Amino acid sequence: MQELLLSFQLAFLVTAILLVCATPLAYWLAFSKWRAKFLIEAVVALPLVLPPTVLGFYLLIAMGPRGPLGKLWLALFGHALAFTFSGLVLASVLYSLPFCVQPLVASFERLDPKLLAASRVLGASQLRTFRRIILPLSLPGVITAIVLTFAHTLGEFGVVLMVGGNLPGATRTVSIAIYDHVQSIEYTAANQLSLTLLAISFVLLALVYGLNRRAGVRWLSN
Amino acid sequence: MFVILMASTKMPEGPQLKRRLPTLLKAAIAPVRFSSLRLLCALCVSVAIPLLSPAQQSQLNIAAAADLKFAMTDLASAYEKQSGVHLNLTFGSSGNFFAQIQNGAPFDLFFSADSDYPRKLNEAGLVAPNTADTYAIGKLVLSSPANSTLDPFKSNWQSLLDPSVKKIAIANPDHAPYGRAALEALKNSGLYEKIKDKLVFGDNIAQTAQFVQSGNAQVGILAESLILSPSFGPGHSWKIPQQQYSPLIQSVVALKGSAHKDAALAFLAWIKTPPALAIFKKYGFSKSLPDEHPIPR
Repeated sequence: MQELLLSFQLAFLVTAILLVCATPLAYWLAFSKWRAKFLIEAVVALPLVLPPTVLGFYLLIAMGPRGPLGKLWLALFGHALAFTFSGLVLASVLYSLPFCVQPLVASFERLDPKLLAASRVLGASQLRTFRRIILPLSLPGVITAIVLTFAHTLGEFGVVLMVGGNLPGATRTVSIAIYDHVQSIEYTAANQLSLTLLAISFVLLALVYGLNRRAGVRWLSN
Repeated sequence: MFVILMASTKMPEGPQLKRRLPTLLKAAIAPVRFSSLRLLCALCVSVAIPLLSPAQQSQLNIAAAADLKFAMTDLASAYEKQSGVHLNLTFGSSGNFFAQIQNGAPFDLFFSADSDYPRKLNEAGLVAPNTADTYAIGKLVLSSPANSTLDPFKSNWQSLLDPSVKKIAIANPDHAPYGRAALEALKNSGLYEKIKDKLVFGDNIAQTAQFVQSGNAQVGILAESLILSPSFGPGHSWKIPQQQYSPLIQSVVALKGSAHKDAALAFLAWIKTPPALAIFKKYGFSKSLPDEHPIPR
């Protein structure tokens, strides 16, 4: 169960960090008129198409004692970033970035521009417009972003295996533990963890679809 | 998730525009606006506490070659009972650990399945002085799973040529010492060219054993220590003669970056005591080069 707890810790932390960082990014991606914006969009979407091994490889090198991030961390905290929980958080934030940004961008772009214009004309600041108009109206997108980020981080395997190193209590997440159990011919343990993860994933996705549907229907009927 | 959990919180007064929103949305917005920061802080604190707690002296992080999967687990529980020191075990291929340790993996001890990787780590200046030690000699077996009609114990190398054999599992020779030894033995058997298209490679020797145990590979070259565990179950095995491969002289080193040097040295001393040696022996490890008697199974 230690592995499950660790995975949940990781997923919570990554979701929280991404919500804070990805919301301004998504706002900018949705509303910026900059012509080269597509380049940033491509960079954000990269983790979707990159094999986890590519991301894992570069992160491992960057976070190791000879890499730039690792050196910085070594100077600050006395140890390199690879094979630590903090390293795992950083890797997961990068790996799950598109799962947080894209639903947000999609729902920001769907908003009626007239509402935003009206809010500004009535004297609301940009921040106030965001908090009072954009965020409430994009709630289904926010929920989707939260749940997808959480679920994706919970189920992450390749990157975690490469930069985490399978350390019990620090980087052995639930998907790594399942892999370990199968390798060790411990099918009962593997089965228990897999079923738990399957159930959690299903409940999370059912929640997204259920909530989005309800929110959508109520909104339309209003 | 947070939104859903907090949806029942009482809705504070909002401006006019917001009153037009459906009730569900209204209720759900409140925590997004008012509690997300608090929730975030609480989460960060709860997650950070276990991370910030200082390293405990009563813990050791051990990287162990996958052939030690069962032996080291037994050793760890015996040692924990006796000393109270908790051992965090990670199993994998020795080559993989070699790479990870070079990238700063925080292990205290590294039990390799050969002596080359510990020597290279020593040359790289990553090993605590005078800690390198041979702890066991590993042995290769040719094995088939329990329900198989193949019996390597009777037909030895010839069982590889049986028409029922579609896949032959060995560990990855690039980074697993048992894979390297298996490849060498196959070449010395004279059958390598005939069967090389049937080879499948496990990431480490434990995964290779799982390929065989599950029947996905009909036969495989495994570590004796793995097939002697109850998890592997009854199978048929033939001990490959020692002359056919370079001996698997397995060495352990304490790592220089370790924060628990004394505990590491204490464990290294303990594995030479009779109770520990008995566990090594139970899993087929010897301290000297193996004899040629096949194991009856």
